[in-house]
Amino acid sequence: MDRSKIYALLVPIVSVIIALLIASIVIIIIGKNPLTAYRIMLEGAFGGAEQLANTIIKMTPLILTGLAVGFGFRAGVFNIGAEGQMTIGALMGAIVAMNIGGVPSVIAIPLSIIVGMLAGAFWASIAGFLKAFTGAHEVISTIMLNWIAANFASFMVTGPLAVGSGTPKSPEIAEAAKLPVVLKVQATELSIGIFIAVIVAVVMYVFIEKTTTGYELKGVGFNPYAAEYGGISIRKSIIMTMAISGALAGMAGIVDLLGVPPHRFVGELTGGRGFDGITIALIGRNNPIGIIFAALLIAALRTGSNAMQIRAQIPNDIVSIIQGIVIFLVAAERIVTTLIYLKGRKGVTTA
Amino acid sequence: MSWIEAIFAILVNPLFYKLTLLSATPLIFSALGGTYSEITGVTNIALEGIMLMGAFNSIVFTLITGNAWIGVLMAVIIGVGFTWFHAWASIRWSANQIVSATALVIVAQGTTSFLMIPIFGNEGQTDFIGRVPYIEIGWLKGVPFVGDIFGSMSPFTYLAIAAVIASWILMYRTPLGLRMRAVGENPEAADTLGINVFKTRYFGVLMSGALSSLGGAFLSVGELGRFVENMIHGRGFIALAAMILGNWNPAGAMWAALLFGAAEAMNLQLQSSSIVSVSANVKPLFNMLPFIVTLIVVGGFIGKTRSPAADGEPYEKES
Repeated sequence: MDRSKIYALLVPIVSVIIALLIASIVIIIIGKNPLTAYRIMLEGAFGGAEQLANTIIKMTPLILTGLAVGFGFRAGVFNIGAEGQMTIGALMGAIVAMNIGGVPSVIAIPLSIIVGMLAGAFWASIAGFLKAFTGAHEVISTIMLNWIAANFASFMVTGPLAVGSGTPKSPEIAEAAKLPVVLKVQATELSIGIFIAVIVAVVMYVFIEKTTTGYELKGVGFNPYAAEYGGISIRKSIIMTMAISGALAGMAGIVDLLGVPPHRFVGELTGGRGFDGITIALIGRNNPIGIIFAALLIAALRTGSNAMQIRAQIPNDIVSIIQGIVIFLVAAERIVTTLIYLKGRKGVTTA
Repeated sequence: MSWIEAIFAILVNPLFYKLTLLSATPLIFSALGGTYSEITGVTNIALEGIMLMGAFNSIVFTLITGNAWIGVLMAVIIGVGFTWFHAWASIRWSANQIVSATALVIVAQGTTSFLMIPIFGNEGQTDFIGRVPYIEIGWLKGVPFVGDIFGSMSPFTYLAIAAVIASWILMYRTPLGLRMRAVGENPEAADTLGINVFKTRYFGVLMSGALSSLGGAFLSVGELGRFVENMIHGRGFIALAAMILGNWNPAGAMWAALLFGAAEAMNLQLQSSSIVSVSANVKPLFNMLPFIVTLIVVGGFIGKTRSPAADGEPYEKES
């Protein structure tokens, strides 16, 4: 392996380790023991069949949002709006899934997912269109679309879709639209969602690495001017990239809803998973296969930190701090490569 | 036409203008901050996170010291320290500025939520901690219309306007301002002329930290008197839009911030209007208004403004 490939692997790993070390200082500051905290975290994420099932359930939409953001990065677009695309995808897909009783699952499930993907693609395309034709920076426009989506979602669950009393929620989706359960551990049901997500990751890998369109979109991300000189329309590429990225995020929303109880749309549902996609894409180096492992790591942090909150009274927001530090270090990867370099040199001189 | 009637009623009510000024105040601070950073050539989309830290820290130190102004001061100091990380990554390490700023936003969300229970003992929001009182001008209150707006007003609003004037003078009438703009337009040429590109950029980015912290502090100790998790609600990004619409100019940023402030004020007033009684479940639709206005403005006007030439480009000295 050449040096750049080793660094590509080392930088994310070292970044995660540094982030965990800094987080342990934060834990010490609030008067808790970081070793206990991380042990509980590990147990909470992998300590038994139910914990493992929970981690995999959390991991499913994260693979897809990671792919959404990562694909955008590859093509030179920063889709920070996976959150909103996920919401719109889940909302529109859920409306289909609620009203689709009486048809077999082989039709109901794909149809709901496709509608969710199209809705996500449409939502992201608004930002893509604005960037392509007016130069509006996608970071601002996708964030605005996130807030519009969140407000629209909360309108839908308190108004047109509302059922029952208590927390706002939509009706349950039709039985036929629920994803088949492959494993049942006590109350936790693991659906085929994880297989869908992994297959999509493989498809994206092939699309990016082995097809002409994938190559062109990557080319625009790498050097837009050269790509345009080579006859690729930048405008078309930007809109298409946003649409594909949004479709993946929309899929994350609808697959989660079809696969995980209560199988209802509950409004602002995403709980930061769109933003998790950014961390996952960066740790996975925007490589679909790397993203699967990065999603596992973040999912484990999420489930593990819930256990940590309950058993060690350490707020689970520590995960956001860890993620932020990882993102920072990957953005400024020269800090990390310099550290690795210095460490390596020190090793040589002392030996 | 009850809608037109309602909007007209709002427009002739001085309360609308007062709310516009108050809604614009945090945006003015942050849009101005963004201008400082980008005019020297460093993009800073972390304004949202810096504002959140400002809102949080000002409440924390108001709780500790019992004085809201000391809270504000501490928020600014910590905000500058927090922003330094973005400056350091962008300037010293040629980081991807968009990604490193996103990291700051996420760290700010994590840190403020994480510390809620250890410091305040409850999640979601704090109790009422304390706030900076409004400036009351007794004699003005009798004046119709103007008195209703300025008779009682937040000191932050006056501070924001003063900051705009001071910044305009600094950027366009002083040698430092000329250096800042030179570094943002053509760092190589500026370097050749003996201007310290790195120091000038640090100054720009750190100023954005100080001003955005003030914007955040206004929302907590300036208005509510308490901290609510994620209370910035996208204002940091709306401020970026104001900076762009304002063509990277302090006065322009202020006018743009006032426009977005007016959208927010209209939203608030329509929701409470007695002419068009709005049922509770439709209110989220009204809350979209400021975001839709921002989206349209960013999409519609951006081609007509010009960013500093070296905005977002790391500068590396040739060695």
